Amino acid sequence: MDRLLFGDNQFFGINHMSEEKARAQAVRFQDTSAVIDVLDSALDNGIRSFMCTTHDRIAEVADHMRADPARYGDYQFLPCMPYAHKYANAVTEDGMLGAIKRFTPEQGMLSAALAGGKSLATKDIEGMVTLLIDAEMKMFQGLKTPVVFLQNVVVDLLVGLRFDDAFRIFAQHIRDRYDAEPAFITMNLEATLDTLERVGIENPIVCANMNKIGFRMSGGIERYEQLLEERDFQAIAMSVFASGAIPAREALEWVRDHPSIRSVVFGASSAANIRSTAALASELWPDPVAA
Amino acid sequence: MISIAVAGIGKMGLSHLAMVRAHPDVDVVGVCDSAGYLRDVLGKYTGLPTFADYTTMLDTAKPDAVLIATPTGAHVDMVRAALDRGIHVFCEKPLSLSAADSLDLVARAEAAGVVTAVGYHNRFVGAFREVKRVLDSGAIGDINHALAESYGPVVLRPKGATWRSRRTAGGGCLYDYAAHPLDLLAWYLGEPAKVSGTALGSIFSAETDDEVYSLLHYPAGPTAHLSVNWSDESQRKMTTRITLWGSKGKIVADRQEIQVYLRDTATPPEGYHHGWNVHYTTELTDPVWFYLRGEEYSAQLDHFVRQIQASGAGEAVDPLNDFASALVTDEVIEKLLADAAGIPATAAEPAAAHRPARRPFWSRRHATV
Repeated sequence: MDRLLFGDNQFFGINHMSEEKARAQAVRFQDTSAVIDVLDSALDNGIRSFMCTTHDRIAEVADHMRADPARYGDYQFLPCMPYAHKYANAVTEDGMLGAIKRFTPEQGMLSAALAGGKSLATKDIEGMVTLLIDAEMKMFQGLKTPVVFLQNVVVDLLVGLRFDDAFRIFAQHIRDRYDAEPAFITMNLEATLDTLERVGIENPIVCANMNKIGFRMSGGIERYEQLLEERDFQAIAMSVFASGAIPAREALEWVRDHPSIRSVVFGASSAANIRSTAALASELWPDPVAA
Repeated sequence: MISIAVAGIGKMGLSHLAMVRAHPDVDVVGVCDSAGYLRDVLGKYTGLPTFADYTTMLDTAKPDAVLIATPTGAHVDMVRAALDRGIHVFCEKPLSLSAADSLDLVARAEAAGVVTAVGYHNRFVGAFREVKRVLDSGAIGDINHALAESYGPVVLRPKGATWRSRRTAGGGCLYDYAAHPLDLLAWYLGEPAKVSGTALGSIFSAETDDEVYSLLHYPAGPTAHLSVNWSDESQRKMTTRITLWGSKGKIVADRQEIQVYLRDTATPPEGYHHGWNVHYTTELTDPVWFYLRGEEYSAQLDHFVRQIQASGAGEAVDPLNDFASALVTDEVIEKLLADAAGIPATAAEPAAAHRPARRPFWSRRHATV
């Protein structure tokens, strides 16, 4: 896994501090070529890992990369699935079961489960989950996807419910079918590490908010620092700048002072910001791109 | 340990369930839902005791508290059944579809001596709490006018088969969306004396409203515009914004940030100065034990749990979002419906006339919040 991973929040109108900024970004990036321009400037600065949702527009980015193997041959997508809004909106429109039906290609299976009751539930969930993963992965066919993430709303929902089997099913399928490393994004680091340990996923890749001011670090910054020291996991820090609340140098120095953080995911909208972040990283780490 | 049962495992119910199950002081003792398949999957994979019938769950699992996240039309009977058994209740918003029913629930809850809460989570959003603090400090002077807005992408097509598309079940933009900014207005300005110019419009829905606009008139003089539209596809998710104009300044806030302008005549509260002030969620938000979709959801559940613990110890915690405060919003909703239908204002206030002599929510809201 590379040291610097490029994130995609800024492309889809997500900003944790200002709705005004979020809207301005949504306006700016409504044309996919604007997204590709930014990804290109990241690539020019040696950043070739793109941690992205499975938003429909990412499919257009994937098409672009696929069409130019000479330029993007080494490019890596790190998909984060599912694209939660798609499912959340479907649940609002069709109800829980209606949404499952809508997204499950083999409708017959669910109907059989609904009619058959208990005996089918176990087998059915596994089949349904793997079908949904395959549907989300389709857009990356033929591209490098060495790591596949389960995104935080889903991870945290399942962790809270103690739906442990879901993690086993996800990890197994990502390994078997895509020859990739399963990974997990969470807002609740300790609870997620506990869950993955229970399920037997060793040295997992886990991405969580990690920043100098403890922003959105459930359980507190000291606990996170303890976990970084004591637990075996491959840590990816997100929100290191706390949406701009921490100056870049201060933010990355804090990361450097926690050597067990393996990678940093960051988003930027301008070539200048990408350049300065990459420059800072090469000052702080001997090999800033590949960790 | 507080034992809690959860009724309804739709989108909100599931997320509540995940958060309370992760709460260190809570033991989830039962979950019920009418959908057998969801119940079956949940029971099988999480080991939670599941029930097909709500009252059977209350009588078998005997929880200290129940968390109700069913369609609004089902709330009243379910809340009553819990109150009859002396069970603390957290109910999703709005509390009911009738101010008279909500008033009855307020009285019953008070008689039962239980803790109540309604899922108006905006009261737990750092920026909206800060608005309350700045208002209470008197910094922006006398309020002249407010603008309360909510927009989001919920109903974007003519079709739709769930309870949200039927007003009789509690669906529609007014009950589902407008209730949130109305709750914030109730928190900041109290209860309006009357409403006028209400427009309930349908954009896609055949049986209910997709947009709500109105002018609220408060007893001491201020007015507030309400502007809500849940068929606004330009929004990524629900966006609620509140703007307040006062004689000495102005406040603009959403869930991410609060912007305050203070005139030279204002006395700035701590952390503020004359001119523009901006504070972000990063500094306004308290950490929570478990995060799912926003600190405010965890914070409101934790507040409910702490109130139950306190009531057990004979102490009191500021109720903040109890049935009594939710009743105000239900009364306003009823006024809006009457106004939109052209019914004269006096006919739309049956609940106000029958309020219990003791009105703890008034005194509480003015004294402590």
